[in-house]
Amino acid sequence: MSTAVLPPSTRVPAAPVVASGGGPRPSVAQTGVWIGIATISMSFAALTSALVVRQSSAPDWQHITLPPLLYLNTLLLVASSGTLEWSRRRQAPAGLLATLALGLLFVAGQILAWRRLGAQGVFLATGPSSAFFYLFTALHALHVLGGLGGLVYVQRRAAALNAAALYWHFMAVLWLYLLVLLTWLNR
Amino acid sequence: MGKLFAVVVTVIALVSAAIFALHTWWLPPDISTHGSRIDRQLNETMIVVGILFVAAQLALAFFVWRFGVGSAATARPVKTFPGGPTPMVVLATVLVGIEILVLTFVGSKVWAGVYQTPPAPGALQIEVQAEQFAFYFRYAGSDGKFGGMHPDLMSDANENFFGLDPANDTTARDDIVVASLVIPVDQPILLQLHAKDVNHAFYVPELRIQQDFVPGMVIPLHFTATTPGKYELVCTQLCGLGHYNMRAFVEVKTRADFDQWLKEKAAAQ
Amino acid sequence: MTHGVATSHAPPRPQSFLRRNVFSVDHKVIGRQYLDLALVAVVTGMVLSWVMRFHLGWPETPVPGLGKLAPTGAAGGVITPEYYLALMTMHGTIMVFFVLTTAPFAGFGNFFLPIQVGAEDMAFPRINMTSFWVTLLALLVLLSAFFVGDGPPLSGWTAYAPLSAVGKDAGPGQGVGQTLWAVSIAMFCVAQLLGSLNFIATTLDLRTKGMSLARLPFATWAWFITSVIGLVAFAVLMPACILLILDRVAGTSFFIPAGLVISDRLQPHAGGSPLLWQHLFWFFGHPEVYIAILPGFGIVSQILPVFARKPLLGPRVFITCLIAIAFLSYTVWGHHMFLSGMNPLSATLFSVPTLVITIPAAIVTLLWIGTIYGARLRFTAASLFALGFVSVFVSGGLSGFFLAQPSTDIYLHGTYFVVAHFHFVMGVAAMFGIFAGTYFWFPKMFGRMMNETLGKWHFWLTFIGVYCVFMPMHYLGLAGNVRRYSAFTDDYLQPLIPLHRFITIAALFTGAAQLIFLFNLIRSRFRGPKAPDNPWEATTLEWSTSSPPPHDNFGGRPPVVSHGPNEYGGTGGGPRDYVMQADPQ
Repeated sequence: MSTAVLPPSTRVPAAPVVASGGGPRPSVAQTGVWIGIATISMSFAALTSALVVRQSSAPDWQHITLPPLLYLNTLLLVASSGTLEWSRRRQAPAGLLATLALGLLFVAGQILAWRRLGAQGVFLATGPSSAFFYLFTALHALHVLGGLGGLVYVQRRAAALNAAALYWHFMAVLWLYLLVLLTWLNR
Repeated sequence: MGKLFAVVVTVIALVSAAIFALHTWWLPPDISTHGSRIDRQLNETMIVVGILFVAAQLALAFFVWRFGVGSAATARPVKTFPGGPTPMVVLATVLVGIEILVLTFVGSKVWAGVYQTPPAPGALQIEVQAEQFAFYFRYAGSDGKFGGMHPDLMSDANENFFGLDPANDTTARDDIVVASLVIPVDQPILLQLHAKDVNHAFYVPELRIQQDFVPGMVIPLHFTATTPGKYELVCTQLCGLGHYNMRAFVEVKTRADFDQWLKEKAAAQ
Repeated sequence: MTHGVATSHAPPRPQSFLRRNVFSVDHKVIGRQYLDLALVAVVTGMVLSWVMRFHLGWPETPVPGLGKLAPTGAAGGVITPEYYLALMTMHGTIMVFFVLTTAPFAGFGNFFLPIQVGAEDMAFPRINMTSFWVTLLALLVLLSAFFVGDGPPLSGWTAYAPLSAVGKDAGPGQGVGQTLWAVSIAMFCVAQLLGSLNFIATTLDLRTKGMSLARLPFATWAWFITSVIGLVAFAVLMPACILLILDRVAGTSFFIPAGLVISDRLQPHAGGSPLLWQHLFWFFGHPEVYIAILPGFGIVSQILPVFARKPLLGPRVFITCLIAIAFLSYTVWGHHMFLSGMNPLSATLFSVPTLVITIPAAIVTLLWIGTIYGARLRFTAASLFALGFVSVFVSGGLSGFFLAQPSTDIYLHGTYFVVAHFHFVMGVAAMFGIFAGTYFWFPKMFGRMMNETLGKWHFWLTFIGVYCVFMPMHYLGLAGNVRRYSAFTDDYLQPLIPLHRFITIAALFTGAAQLIFLFNLIRSRFRGPKAPDNPWEATTLEWSTSSPPPHDNFGGRPPVVSHGPNEYGGTGGGPRDYVMQADPQ
């Protein structure tokens, strides 16, 4: 019932506003990436527990031989993290390009690894272990592609390089975790 | 407006609580050996919840009645609840906490008594197959053994609900398959629940028993019925379009009647 | 994390109609878009429920006009059993996802969180816009299930495998319809994750000078905590949906065991676990219900002090309880699965935190009631719905006691008792939170007041109506009335049909009462009296700016905060009985 008109609310003269010219402040982008890392980790954790349950729910777990190409791809991805760090610390744009190239090579290498597996007759639905293999590597590769997009974005605007680097390194860490998991499962 | 709110809330609280207390709609009489413990747990929870429900709604109603203003003009100063939030925290933690402890302590025993104890020795074992949209029951027959189940042989068209292979499997030849769960009174029963296609569930309100059927699992369920009669067994896990119609009967017979029934069924094999 | 002065990083006001009202990165526009989406969704969901309830009360009576709309599912206006289940599935899915997760959280949260923290926009405006459009796309994908294949899925919003995983052998709607469902939900998850990202980053990094975490308004706290819950919950549902889609289209067997014979056909799957789906789903599903209700807690805690003209009792206790509820919400999911076939010992283990979570919920309820003590309570549509929220939340929460204990759940699982419980807390309490928020914030959002008389009529008819609809469902449950039945053919259910008819009539009346709300909404948009900056004499930052707020929220001058959000009831050193957050020291 109180719709009485009130005295205008007081507004305090603001402190000087600093325009940072387009885009969120770099530290905000960093926060965003940390949140993204939390989410993505949670998704992969859920899939890991699905894997554990699936492995124990039926005696049909066929071990697959991981294509050795995976290890080369790992080196490429880890190297790309290195070039990114070099680019970040030395302010060298060439490093960023190298990271992009290595990242693309990684994805290409993963696709090649899938084809190698397919040539052995191991596909997504062949068995639970292959299903999880393809699922994990495909999801990871999708996120890597997203990260590549982020790096391209960072190339065009210098802000948020730290945030992009954080995400990119996370891709490598995540891959190492998956590699260990898949290797241990198929030992 | 505040007084109206208080009156409406009070009426709603008292009327709803009364309908609960009067058992206007209530559980059917219990015909199981374990059901009285469940009923007692339910009744105790109902009393506690009923008191909390009425108390909270009346407190809300009373405060709204007492502290509402018709227009903005009243100059009465506002008062903080005596003791601030502390009494609320203490009340909730202690009252609810104690209740939780009691309910859990007793309730976990009730639960364990049904689902975490083995069936009584000498339990009559009956296999149950749930499928879209019917229940079938299998008795071991005179050899006391159940024939193996073969999914590739399961067929509604051939009425081979359990996928039995009597041609090659001698133990399957005398298995008795029926569409009603016929059991003797005062006899421990052990059911083995199989699901042929999707999730189903076994629910007999009078028996105070319920259990999902899960494809890929064989789930044991045991109980003892105490009163002869015919009771409905219904599916409570959504299984498709016929879910609402998926029903069988539990026929609790006297020992003599049951033995007679079983003999007739065995002879008809 | 630092919180300096919010910089004017928001882009300048766009000029074209499309960029201002359709493809806008302005959080206020996005918030309104979410609310509009939720409005369309809730009307759809409600109409579905009317058809369902009508069928339950009068299964052989044709619904006028329905035969034309759904010639297969409702030939001659009488719905088939499979169509009933399809409507039920869509009702649940639409309401839980596209109403209860969008309106209180994405809708009001998007509009008001940046303003309440004193920022110019969300941290990532373009990602924000993306999350709305992905949500809309997800809704369209879901609704398309009505028009393709043999209709929408019938496996419920819970979509248990293997019914949901084996494909069309399992029945009508389980072909394309179920796949569209899974795709829609996976998209929705992505959208909400992006939304959570924005909420969290904005709350942590974009608070204006003086806005410490301790001074955050209660609604913002609730949105912030809700986003954290969502971050983990949706991150689990999305891969679960992917696994479901793979089982359906790629021949995998995550959820489907061997040896299933459906319609006399042996299914070509092996090794999967139906319980795995349930665990993954409910690990999401339980936190989801807290995502649905926590913003309501925040909104009510914001509104009650305004109309009580005194502070919320125990603000720090309140926040602590929200955090405790959020944390505990991850430990209880198995209480949906007591009878699922999982290890019975885990039932007892899950029931303990389930019961413990009632303690912070009870504290919060007592804090609200304690806030009314000694108040000078003003009655508006907003405050009535906030007070009503307390009543219905008590009703809905207490029935949980029966379902939290495995021993009593043996009897009540799968009955209308469960339906009563979740409708009271989600379908009623959460909706009351949305209504309260609408009446409260409409003046700020649109610069016009809603009609109070209509608002009060809406409240009374709805409040009495929802009790008439959902309280009797407890009685049905106690009588053993099974849920998700499209008709009541069992002998023991026949005596309960009159009660069902009562519920149906009450539901139709209550539904009709919502027309008052709709009318009020639309009419006030265009003809409502102009709203002042602070019609309710409230303290939080949104009331320090104009109604509606300017494009960058504060007219280029970010507020400096010197007070908490809870300063009501004193004399404030002047004629006012409240101190605004942006008032000088």
